Amino acid sequence: MQASRDHAPLLAAEGLACRRGARLLFRGLSFRLEGGAACHVTGANGAGKTTLLRTLAGLASPFAGSVTRAGAAGLLAERSGLDPELPLAAALAFWFALDRVEDAGAIMARLRLAALAEVPVRYLSTGQHKRAALARLLGQRAPIWLLDEPLSGLDAASRALVSELVQAHCQGGGIALIASHQPLDVPGMTSFAIEDFAPAPQEEEA
Amino acid sequence: MIAALLRRDLAQFFPFTASGAALPVIFFIAVAMLYPFAVGPDAGLLARTGGGVLWIAALLAAVLPLDKLVARDIALGVFDQLRLRGVSEEAMMAVRLLAHWLSFGPPLMLATFPAAALLKLDGPAFDLLILGLAAGTPGLAAIGLIIAALTASLRAGAALSGLLLIPLALPILIFGAGALARQDAASLGFVGAISLLLVALAPFAAGAAIRAVREG
Repeated sequence: MQASRDHAPLLAAEGLACRRGARLLFRGLSFRLEGGAACHVTGANGAGKTTLLRTLAGLASPFAGSVTRAGAAGLLAERSGLDPELPLAAALAFWFALDRVEDAGAIMARLRLAALAEVPVRYLSTGQHKRAALARLLGQRAPIWLLDEPLSGLDAASRALVSELVQAHCQGGGIALIASHQPLDVPGMTSFAIEDFAPAPQEEEA
Repeated sequence: MIAALLRRDLAQFFPFTASGAALPVIFFIAVAMLYPFAVGPDAGLLARTGGGVLWIAALLAAVLPLDKLVARDIALGVFDQLRLRGVSEEAMMAVRLLAHWLSFGPPLMLATFPAAALLKLDGPAFDLLILGLAAGTPGLAAIGLIIAALTASLRAGAALSGLLLIPLALPILIFGAGALARQDAASLGFVGAISLLLVALAPFAAGAAIRAVREG
């Protein structure tokens, strides 16, 4: 969770434009987030929030513009990367081993997953699965968090937990960019709507 | 990092279950069991043609594990998460190639012992068959991985895999089964060379394919 202090993390976009297939989703998107910043991205379904996050993570190439990312990015998305047949503890153990996590038990306890350790991932409920993905994200200790709908499927207690984790992450010098339909209770969080960068109708066929 | 990847891949593909190593082996043995019923129990005919039949069985068995080889981990988001940790697609695919071959090549070679007995193959013919499979299965695994990566994002990927494998695997079959027909071990050198070439190419070809899916 603690971002490395030797060089402050940075996430910036400059004139970013992305498209899905032939359709331009947004263009001219510029922002700059430095260590400790949290930012909430809003937008209707299909507006391009997921594409934005994948582009910022470096998993997709922008159509135009550039992304600057100083520090590793952790992505919490619909696809968690956890093996559905494996018990939760074993599925997480793979990622914890890659990320050299030593306090796996503490992370699982923090996300209230300890009792689910032996349950195969495919039997987890939506909310439990999301908490498991959050555990994977915590273990990664990436300074830049890109969270795609982190609150969907979560109960009130878990939503509060997510807010708490994001706050702790930002207080530790990390960056969080959160795409969500639901409001998040994080003090000092900025926000923008992705629709503000949607192309004018005549531009759409670009 | 690489060791952890290999462990996960082997845990996925190696267990002797229907989704792991069992299906190709059962298919391979089934062909060897059925062939004598189809052509009759003439030991001379079986010994003459059995090696070629086992080569075809090995080639088609190579298609069976392909549907889960790459598509599953794309759907799970595993490759995305590995990419975020700085693992290149080429490294992911090189590890997967090794795990895929280990869970398919050696089990098939073990199954060759009972299969050859069923088809009355012995002596030099058996040696040529097992050496040929040792040289050819890495190539078949490499072709399989490339095909699995190329068809991973397609709806009818599994059906396409079989069709794509046939032309690509033809050189291995010609030299591998040809060595049996001509009783000529030199052809196996060609099988090995083709296999090496394919093994060297596969991580790059498959890596480029899953990168294209990710960016798409």
